[in-house]
Amino acid sequence: MNPSNVVILSAILFSIGAIGVLVRRNAIIVFMCVELMLNAANLAFVAFARMNGNLDGQVVAFFVMVVAAAEVVVGLAIIVTIFRTRRSASIDEPNLLKY
Amino acid sequence: MSGEDWTFWISGSFAVIGALGLVLSRKAVHSALWVAFTMINLAVLYIANGAPFLGMVQIIVYTGAVMMLFLFVLMVVGVDSSDSLIETLKGQRIAAVLFGLGLAALLVFGVGNGLVNAGTVGLVEANSADGGNVEGIARIIFTDYLIAFEATSALLITAALGAMVLAHRERWIPRASQEELSKARFLSGTHPGNLPTPGVYARHNAVDTPALLPDGSVSEESIPGPLQARGDIRAVDHHEVNEIKEVGSA
Amino acid sequence: MISTSAVVWAEGAPTLQELMPAEGVFSLIWLLIALPLLGAVVLLLGGRRTNRWGPYLAVLTVTASAVLGILMVIGLMGRGAEERSIGQSLFTWVFAGQFEADMAFQLDQLSMVFVLLITIVGALIHVYSLGYMAEDPNRRKFFGYLNLFVAAMLILVLANNYLLLYVGWEGVGLASYLLIGFWQHKPTAAAAAKKAFIINRVGDVGLSIAIMVIFVTFGSVTFDDVFGQASEVNEGTLTAIGLLLLLAAAGKSAQFPLQAWLLDAMEGPTPVSALIHAATMVTAGVYLIARSNAIYDRAVWAATAVVVVGLITIFMGAIIGSAKDDIKKSLAGSTMSQIGYMIMAAGLGPIGYVFAIFHLLTHGVFKAGLFLGAGSVMHGMHDNVNMRRYGALRAAMGVTFVTFMAGYLAIIGIPPFSGFWSKDEIIHAAFERSPIIGSLAILAAGITGFYMTRMVAMTFFGKARWEDDVHPHESPKVMTIPLIILAIGSTFLGMALLFWGNIETWLEPVVGFSTAESPLSTTAVIAISLAFVIVGSVIGWISYARREVPIVAPRGSWLTRAARADLYGDAVNEGVIVRPSFWLSRVLIWFDARVIDGIVNGSAALVGGSSGRMRRYQSGFARSYALSMVGGAVIVLLALVLVRLS
Repeated sequence: MNPSNVVILSAILFSIGAIGVLVRRNAIIVFMCVELMLNAANLAFVAFARMNGNLDGQVVAFFVMVVAAAEVVVGLAIIVTIFRTRRSASIDEPNLLKY
Repeated sequence: MSGEDWTFWISGSFAVIGALGLVLSRKAVHSALWVAFTMINLAVLYIANGAPFLGMVQIIVYTGAVMMLFLFVLMVVGVDSSDSLIETLKGQRIAAVLFGLGLAALLVFGVGNGLVNAGTVGLVEANSADGGNVEGIARIIFTDYLIAFEATSALLITAALGAMVLAHRERWIPRASQEELSKARFLSGTHPGNLPTPGVYARHNAVDTPALLPDGSVSEESIPGPLQARGDIRAVDHHEVNEIKEVGSA
Repeated sequence: MISTSAVVWAEGAPTLQELMPAEGVFSLIWLLIALPLLGAVVLLLGGRRTNRWGPYLAVLTVTASAVLGILMVIGLMGRGAEERSIGQSLFTWVFAGQFEADMAFQLDQLSMVFVLLITIVGALIHVYSLGYMAEDPNRRKFFGYLNLFVAAMLILVLANNYLLLYVGWEGVGLASYLLIGFWQHKPTAAAAAKKAFIINRVGDVGLSIAIMVIFVTFGSVTFDDVFGQASEVNEGTLTAIGLLLLLAAAGKSAQFPLQAWLLDAMEGPTPVSALIHAATMVTAGVYLIARSNAIYDRAVWAATAVVVVGLITIFMGAIIGSAKDDIKKSLAGSTMSQIGYMIMAAGLGPIGYVFAIFHLLTHGVFKAGLFLGAGSVMHGMHDNVNMRRYGALRAAMGVTFVTFMAGYLAIIGIPPFSGFWSKDEIIHAAFERSPIIGSLAILAAGITGFYMTRMVAMTFFGKARWEDDVHPHESPKVMTIPLIILAIGSTFLGMALLFWGNIETWLEPVVGFSTAESPLSTTAVIAISLAFVIVGSVIGWISYARREVPIVAPRGSWLTRAARADLYGDAVNEGVIVRPSFWLSRVLIWFDARVIDGIVNGSAALVGGSSGRMRRYQSGFARSYALSMVGGAVIVLLALVLVRLS
């Protein structure tokens, strides 16, 4: 099977994630969409690793996962803090930083 | 179609379905479950593409840890909080879909254009060089990427500490003592103690039956608030009450 | 008319003297400067606690420098003529790439006479000031400034390179500014100080550019290097340097066309006028030209310009001096005139340098005496400077009168007083160069006789025209003793320097000396110039001693009115420089306000207005921002794909 199909799949998943980030308002769902985009990128890395016959791509995907995990921890903590003060998880609520 | 092809088309379709489900579900919990589904399928694709280690890590870290963390936070924030479907930003949804589709089209076009004729080396040789996929990745991580690896350890610790700091709520006033709490309760002017329990009779054992005060009158407070709101209060049969009185006096 | 053959000019030029190491008393050259500098630092930084003893310290430091200077001159005299140039290098002061300037001093015959003039006259004037400034509440500051001046002036004459000379040059300018404006509560004094400073600045720019040209041309600014290589440089460059140095000299020595500040500088205390604006600082220009003789000897047109400037100033100063009723301003005009003589002589080349310095020395002494005498008169007349309110003071102020007369006879050039010898030599040298220059010099000597006689007659003779509450009295001893010493100098210094000191042979190794054929014999020159002086004096005597002097000045002829207005020096400056500057500024202001500000404000308004609209996109909604990001990514991708396809 041609791994370029996998790369195309990852592009599709990435775009769906991007649309999700743009249209959903619940901060947690937005966050999950970001995770989906990261995973799409990982998928591309894995496919590239296979095409090049080189494990470096997998290692990079591994690091992406680690960083994503760290990001999730901090991001969710921020969401919880915001929720605690504003009683809402909507990403449109904190919009005071503007003109 | 080979077995690998089947795997790709099935898992790939499932992954896309899961992703669409994530974006289209109204409830956040459903979204989370759809993501978990997508990630499991992605793990399958990883394994199918010669990355068994990553596939396992994907299941353990993402579906196991990260998604459970998401669900946990969802519970904290409130499961019920479903998005309203009315878009408040003008043109946001249309623009987002247009941009998303454009992005997808460009990416697919670019990738297809660039990779359609690219050969595939395959990972058989690379995976077998050190005796397996896990050993190969281990060798690379602990040699070429050692510094990055050590840096991620610092990153994880920092993230954990950061999360603790962010989620921590500082106590600004000292915890109230029992005495202070009771004083506050009495000062508030509401019913200080327990409300009377609903009535319990030989024939009726239900919370919708009001309790009787010593003089035989009905205590409205003994009925739980929701039942009162519904008007779901059983009337007191005074004949029975009199019977009970007689039994008591005999 | 003027010989322009470079061969003639180089004839008397000196050969470069080798600098001897500083040994014995000469290892203390730096101390000459350090002593008054120390005094200045102590007095100016020491604050009020030095009020009581500070002035005495100032007198002590300058006196010590004077003693040191005398010891050094004795040491120099004991050496052979070729061993009298001594160098002392303290440290490398400026070091930048090829540019190098040392904090180094050069004591040779020329510097030596200046050191003596500065320290001895300076010391006398310090002593005199003890009496003159006794009542002034800011006495300490005054003495601090005076010490600062002496230190700077010594740096100027002892420097062995142009850059260090420039330090002294600016230092004396600063001290001059501070001292002219010493009575800063008087608006006239403050304005005069500013005027002096600004006009001096014009000359200083000339000096700084000259130093730059010198460095570019010679690759060094030390005197030895410059003068040693002067013969290898083309005449055009040397002329440029010479003219720039002349500009500097004109600024510092109040020569035409930068003469306007000196008359106003008389707003300063009289000892300042005596020390700075008569005896020493204003002669720095003469020093500069004499020191740079190697340049002027090879740049004949620059030297000619020096002569012309000197001649113009001789007459300007003399005419102004003849018309002023203010005794100090009249003396200031006289100073301009006499320095004009020196500058003119310095422009004559090797036949004149020696006599320029000679006249500078005698003039320094007798003019200091005259100024201090004038100060003494003012002291007795309640600081009134109007000579029309003087008269018949010879009885009231005996010592002042006698000493003033010594200075008077010296300046008009009556033998055997010192001015006679020096001025006569200059006139003689002028005849050697050209009969026209010589004739003009003699004519000016006649005018000198007129205005000095006028001054003496109005002050000491005739009838008393004093104001009612004035009771003239002799000044205290602390003031009269310096007067007496200076009067002795005015009388004998000329003879002493000429016959006993052999000023020509003394200075020859530094500035060169030669003689040329003169159309008139020495005796004839003396006779003619004496005749002119006597005629001028007699006219002055008849006009101002025999006739009644009106208390209110008569309207006078157009020349008198012009001279009272400083020969319209201020008006010329006003019309030629100040007004056009104003117009230019107006145009520039208009241009700045309309065009520059228009562009600046317009672009600011454009940016401000468009940002006011664009900031609406800063909505605060994270999703809007994310949309922009995705849009940007799409555009970048599109561009990449298009580039790839094309």
